Amino acid sequence: MSDAPSPAAIFLAFARIGITSFGGGLVAYLRDALVDEKKWMDHDEFLAALEIGQTLPGLNSVNVAIIAGRKLNGPAGSIAAASGLILPGVAALLVLGILYDRFRHDPDVTAALSGIAAAAVGLLLQVTLKIGAKQFLNIRDLFFVISTFLLVALYHVSLPVVLFLVAPLAIILCRPARTKDQQ
Amino acid sequence: MSDLVKLLNVFCLLSLLAVGGGSAVLPQMEHETVALHHWITGNQFATIYSLGQMAPGPNMSMVALIGWQVAGVAGLLIALVAFYLPSSFLTYGCSYAWDFFKDNPWRDAVQRGMAPITIGLMLAGVHAVGKTASINPDHSLHFNTITTLIGLAVTGILFAKRINPALLMLVGGGVGWFFLRGI
Repeated sequence: MSDAPSPAAIFLAFARIGITSFGGGLVAYLRDALVDEKKWMDHDEFLAALEIGQTLPGLNSVNVAIIAGRKLNGPAGSIAAASGLILPGVAALLVLGILYDRFRHDPDVTAALSGIAAAAVGLLLQVTLKIGAKQFLNIRDLFFVISTFLLVALYHVSLPVVLFLVAPLAIILCRPARTKDQQ
Repeated sequence: MSDLVKLLNVFCLLSLLAVGGGSAVLPQMEHETVALHHWITGNQFATIYSLGQMAPGPNMSMVALIGWQVAGVAGLLIALVAFYLPSSFLTYGCSYAWDFFKDNPWRDAVQRGMAPITIGLMLAGVHAVGKTASINPDHSLHFNTITTLIGLAVTGILFAKRINPALLMLVGGGVGWFFLRGI
């Protein structure tokens, strides 16, 4: 790319997303900014990046930033994109953390924080149910949802063990049909 | 010093285990930081998680606050770098290889196989945060009823209406302040 955006421009663009995005819908903000606004990627490129980002470990939004940054300006682009996305939120968190430390024994603050934490659980539950809607309606998927949940939440089996036990089985059951014209 | 090394180990591992986004790794994070290393209490974990939901940007930047509680600014930086860098490196490398496997049917099998496991892990994440923030044996029935209702209300509202979740967190805080003071 001859007119590759500079790391500074990439950082600023992602920092704007990092400041204005709230509550989990980060990927949608990224799409709007990268595809519609900046026209740094087309829709298919974005979907491909998201696909990789979702499959690999790590946060989807951060992974998309890494891939988009690489496309825009190599390693420097990736660093600029990811740090732009992450750092403003960390600054905000630090302020919240300092306030929390100072006021956490104040009964008014404790009560409000209990309400906020309770609301956060509701948010996570809603996101999980929404993303998992398809999986809950499929018997085989539901089996894996429930067994993963039970192993981790009730039997406290550690995550690496669960992944090594359950993931190969789940993937094998989804294995591609043996057809020559698959591709 | 050894706390910093432990932070590094714990969050590097969590980074590489965070399949399908950050929420999947919540139960393991809670286990490591609360039960195993006693860095924070369950209540603090739930609160820090909810602060992460309120701050802009990726919600798992909450790891910065855990690091901060453990070892100040150095801990904050270590937790952030350890949590984001390994998965980012992996994504950076794999985004090269991804196109190579574009037409490999196993790629689809991996995605479909992992989906229900991710959902199961997210449900376990709801459980990990909810067992202190929503239904906490240390709190009275009255208290738990209110926190559970706040959570369910948030879930219901988000299904009914597209609304900024951070706003709902604040409302949850207001409701908590009003009903949970002095309980």
